[in-house]
Amino acid sequence: MRLAIGMLTATALLVGTAQAQELRVGFMATFTGPGANLGQHLRDGFLLGLDHLGGKLGGLDTRLFIADDQLKPDVARQEVDKLLEKEKVHFVVGVVFSNILLAIYKPVIESGAFLISANAGPSQIAGAQCSERFFSTSWQNDQTHSALGKYAQEKGYKRVFLLAPNYQAGKDGLTGFKRYYKGTVVDEVYTQLGAVDFSAEIAKIQAAKPDAVYAFMPGGPGIALVKQYFQAGLTKQIPLLSAFTVDDTSLPALGSAAEGLISASQWAADFDNPANRRFVADFRAKYGYVPSYFAAQAYDAAQFLDAGIKGAGGRLDDKAALRDALRRAQFPSVKGKWKLNTNHIPINDFYYVTPGKLADGTPAMVKGELVFADYGDEYAKDCPMRW
Amino acid sequence: MEPTLLVVQFLNGIQLGTLLFLVASGLTLVFGILDVINLAHGVVYMVGAYAAASTFVRSGSLALAIAIAPVAALLVGLLLDRLVLRFLYDRNHLDQVLATFGVILFVDEAVRAIFGPAALPYPLPPAFEWSLELPGGATYPAWRLVIIVSGLVLAAILFGILHRTRAGMVVRAAATDPGMLAMLGVDIRRLFLVVLGAGSALAGFAGALAGPIVAVQPGMGDSVLILSFVVIVTGGLGSVQGALLGSFLVGLADTLGRSFLTDLLRLLLPPAAANEVGPALASMAIYLVMAIVLLIRPQGLVSLRRAAR
Amino acid sequence: MRAATRAPVSVRKLEGGSVAPLVFVALALAVLGADLWAGPYYVKLLTRAMIVALAALALDLLVGLAGLVSLGHAAFVGIGAYAVGILAEHGITSGWIQWPVALVASAAAAAVIGALSLRTRGVHFIMITLAFAQMLYFAANSLSRYGGDDGLTIWNRSDFGGIVSLADRRTFAWLCFVLLLSVYVALARLSASRFGRVLRGAKDNERRMAALGFAVTRFRLVAFVISGTVAGLAGVLLANLTEFVAPAYMSWHRSGELLAMVVLGGMGSLYGAILGAFAFVLLEELLSRFTTHWALLFGPFLVLVVLVGRGGIAGLLARLGRIR
Repeated sequence: MRLAIGMLTATALLVGTAQAQELRVGFMATFTGPGANLGQHLRDGFLLGLDHLGGKLGGLDTRLFIADDQLKPDVARQEVDKLLEKEKVHFVVGVVFSNILLAIYKPVIESGAFLISANAGPSQIAGAQCSERFFSTSWQNDQTHSALGKYAQEKGYKRVFLLAPNYQAGKDGLTGFKRYYKGTVVDEVYTQLGAVDFSAEIAKIQAAKPDAVYAFMPGGPGIALVKQYFQAGLTKQIPLLSAFTVDDTSLPALGSAAEGLISASQWAADFDNPANRRFVADFRAKYGYVPSYFAAQAYDAAQFLDAGIKGAGGRLDDKAALRDALRRAQFPSVKGKWKLNTNHIPINDFYYVTPGKLADGTPAMVKGELVFADYGDEYAKDCPMRW
Repeated sequence: MEPTLLVVQFLNGIQLGTLLFLVASGLTLVFGILDVINLAHGVVYMVGAYAAASTFVRSGSLALAIAIAPVAALLVGLLLDRLVLRFLYDRNHLDQVLATFGVILFVDEAVRAIFGPAALPYPLPPAFEWSLELPGGATYPAWRLVIIVSGLVLAAILFGILHRTRAGMVVRAAATDPGMLAMLGVDIRRLFLVVLGAGSALAGFAGALAGPIVAVQPGMGDSVLILSFVVIVTGGLGSVQGALLGSFLVGLADTLGRSFLTDLLRLLLPPAAANEVGPALASMAIYLVMAIVLLIRPQGLVSLRRAAR
Repeated sequence: MRAATRAPVSVRKLEGGSVAPLVFVALALAVLGADLWAGPYYVKLLTRAMIVALAALALDLLVGLAGLVSLGHAAFVGIGAYAVGILAEHGITSGWIQWPVALVASAAAAAVIGALSLRTRGVHFIMITLAFAQMLYFAANSLSRYGGDDGLTIWNRSDFGGIVSLADRRTFAWLCFVLLLSVYVALARLSASRFGRVLRGAKDNERRMAALGFAVTRFRLVAFVISGTVAGLAGVLLANLTEFVAPAYMSWHRSGELLAMVVLGGMGSLYGAILGAFAFVLLEELLSRFTTHWALLFGPFLVLVVLVGRGGIAGLLARLGRIR
């Protein structure tokens, strides 16, 4: 009976019979606490993607279950257990933060469902612990840092001051930067988690007189850092390069304090391709704010699932076929191109981006020159998967 | 170069200390008079910052924004008293902690629901976008000077009121021995309301001052609250003098720890180890200071009750 | 005099009277029912609630019995969890090694922190326990060898060589049940013993107990160490349940939540802490199902519990019992 349904997928779909033909997707992100803003971007992007596909991924009726990880690893684990065991989802999509992704990684990939990261990309998962049940529509964490390191190197900055929060992603981030930056690192300062006063660090920067500062400071602390750097009059004197600090989620709060600051990204709102033009216009019309890379990656995640499930003929229980179809999936990505590395993380072009204006004058991060073409992450070689 | 850096970092510590004092002074008096632990004090700080930020963005007037913040904070502080605090006067500390923790959850979430989860813009007007040139090439941002000066002026006014006026004497007496004062016919509850209102206004003012420096977002009061508690416990509960002392101690310990600890450790340890240990120790610095103070003087630096006994 | 007349009542309350057995019977039925009808997710949810209840129970021994309000108890949960995680990371998965190491580590930490903290009283005690917990939290954050703040995935649960398999959710749930029950019985006996009476006496009047010749601080230190060790056991179980450890387990929010559970359930009754933990975990689960703004409901609920529900859930049950 099961086989018969499998063979008659198309007809089954038309008459809408078997329960197995309903696609169940769990979407997990951070909706409460300091990271809630990013979760909102991620969810809105995914919802718009689903909307553009008529509410059906791969032509299947799709039921979406939204879960809040609260940025607490054990809550995330509980929520993902609910998605897997109670809602019996076929896919878990989303996840803003690396520590949350790591907390839910084992249960999801061992359950038979697929895990699609729309943002976080920790090195463990990109490397030795990669899995055929895991796919990403974003990046590996280090890539943006490396792109900025390369930018600093090409700009000829001789002495750079590094600043990051005292946690794992911070240390990894600075390592990523140093991979392509070969000049002198005058100092490497790690700040307290959630710190909002950077006067001590700024004074050290002033004393060290570097050619440039590289900062990785996501969320509220990043906003504080950029404002204080500007107030100290340093923005015009010492270029501030940053990752995940000045972006479309923080730009509204930063305003003119972010003017001229450099970051890097594999996507910007002014990317000129048909998919992106439609995405940005409809996103702004529907949600009333400018999408960020979080939203873009989640939008791509919906398109990616759609293409993959279609490629597998809508058969959700043949995991090997579904995996192969996801690997082969092609769709009009808002980034302008789509290619997966062997570790299932996209190979991206990275551009430097800077605050500017969209065609209608709205402030947004806009694309600068290309820094890295077809950049696959460094950890892929440690991943044993070959396909 | 080093001496200038030291001066700048010292100023930074003082600036953090003045902000903390504005929040901590209200907290310590509220505790001193009615023995109430008010965790919702951090929320009031956030309200001040939100009131100032939204006023400034709409009106463009920083003066108006900074004037409105304490008023909004005062109203919220008194509203909280009406709704929650007044039922907690005679309860134990645990009940107070739990109920005001509930208030934090509610107000943080309400702010998120109303203003959205993203940080509000709160830029500085161009008039303050300059820095003081210090000898040796260092600079100090004007707005931070404004914070230091206005904070110190307010602290001076507060001390003037507390030590030079009759009303202040009553407040100090209430913080030392409220039972005795009540017997003398002073309406402790009314006095408490006045102090709570003033403390809330100060916290709201601190929020308005800090807004342009930090990110104005839901939950911004939580870290300030914890720091303020560290301050008042280190300084001695109920004592405004202790709060001032504690504020500067915590401000300086935090700032100097962050600036010099890693460098100092590099003299002793290999750089990689210093990079590992330094920031961790710097994060712990204020808690270490508090633990040490409490171990040596379990009542804090300035002990009111003991002096009164 | 008043204290003397009150004592028998509170002793009865502490032993749980007829309520505590009902609580455990209900719990056993819930686990059984969830297993049979509601599905695996609910078994896990109950398991998590039982683990949290164990930590709350540990805290109630301190708060309710000894009157020592610790705002740093999540640190001991974290130490227990990290001991499992770190040993597993080094390939030592045997539970016969992991569990004793974890318990000894949390007991040792509790002995040091307790000895120092007990020099203070009241609010100062709250704050100094918070201070130590924060230091441990920041220390865990800087353990980059073990993932720093990203935390550590535990690829294999504690291995007891085929005697019990923690990988089986049913076994794991019943193991938690048995542990919770045994710890409850042990602590209830302890609280009814001379040891418990000294602690309660010192809570009501420290000077009197000291004058009677009891080394109050030593009794309190023992209570602190027992409490820390039980919290460490909760950490061991939590690490095995979530197959993950992170510094977030030790944040002050978690310590605050544990306190909230104790008050919610009704302080000093021990079984109240268990009820409080269940109410907390289940309410969070229920409310978050309705809206992502669940804190808008949960915050006022906490306020109401304090304002209206004196004595928490246990107090409510006691009152109901009296009416009957």
